[in-house]
Amino acid sequence: MIVAKQKPIEEIIEGVRDYEKILIAGCNECVTVCEAGGKKEVGILASALRMYFMNQGKNMKIDEVTLERQCDHEYLEELRKIIDRYDVVISLACGAGVQFMAEKYFRTRVLPGVDTCFMGVTEERGVWSERCQGCGKCILGETAGICPISRCAKRILNGPCGGSTKGKCEIDKELDCAWQLIIDRLNELGRLDDYEKIIPIKDWSTERAGGPRRVVREDLRL
Amino acid sequence: MRIQYPENIKIIGVPCTGKVDVLHLLRAFEKGADGVYVVGCLEGDCRFNSGNLRARKRVEQAQHILESIGVGGERVQMYNLSSGEGPRFAEIAVEMTEKIRKMGPNPIKISKEKNGCMI
Repeated sequence: MIVAKQKPIEEIIEGVRDYEKILIAGCNECVTVCEAGGKKEVGILASALRMYFMNQGKNMKIDEVTLERQCDHEYLEELRKIIDRYDVVISLACGAGVQFMAEKYFRTRVLPGVDTCFMGVTEERGVWSERCQGCGKCILGETAGICPISRCAKRILNGPCGGSTKGKCEIDKELDCAWQLIIDRLNELGRLDDYEKIIPIKDWSTERAGGPRRVVREDLRL
Repeated sequence: MRIQYPENIKIIGVPCTGKVDVLHLLRAFEKGADGVYVVGCLEGDCRFNSGNLRARKRVEQAQHILESIGVGGERVQMYNLSSGEGPRFAEIAVEMTEKIRKMGPNPIKISKEKNGCMI
């Protein structure tokens, strides 16, 4: 999932201070799972903003909505009939959702209510960590299912480097060395010979370095 | 026991304090409550293992939000006691009432009354 974290309420307040009619839009997908921008977080933010502005003697109209997704036209269309009633929308979706809404409703200001962090997993309740950088050419089949691109600080393809000590990375004593994990897992799988195979230089043009990316499936297009 | 506790306290029963959400606490203040406290079982004694621990976390979240928006984080508190501690329940009720009286009324309520706003 895409992992995001809530922006500090002070930052959100600063962004909407000059407006009177605000819509807070949540998303039912990734940001709900990582408890940053789902229906519940929309309710909490709306309540907090209502109280803050009430305390300032300002009677704001603050409404709440949570869409199934904000990264698809069909769900964003649900706002078309009501969006003109608001001066600003605070979107609690990831950066993709915020942008898609801004593209679709060109005359309405859309502000992000969360900071989008990475593609990752829920390690345990309240702890999320990165697992994928969307490099566009997956090599997990060669690295025992552990990604050196997202989990190694240097993103090296033939590791570990000299900064690996007792299975931990030199940048953080709590952080596992991805290459130590890869070697351990190859060993468990009985495939340690694969470690001897040199992974060739990666074509980074499929990663963000090659500019903004698109996936086009002609077989699906109408 | 017929123990007395302040009449200004309104008790809302929940099956477990783990049911209490941040939003429930915030809405109480939005509706004009001067203070809210959650009374859970003793830590380690939760029938559902972690209900009262979750409640404490949520109270802390609500405290942080209320502090950030100028209402005052101290207005919401968490207490733990067993169902056999009636006198302690009354003591907490008095303690919380005095604490909130010192802090004064909920500023949201004052502002609503002054501006004639409806929520």
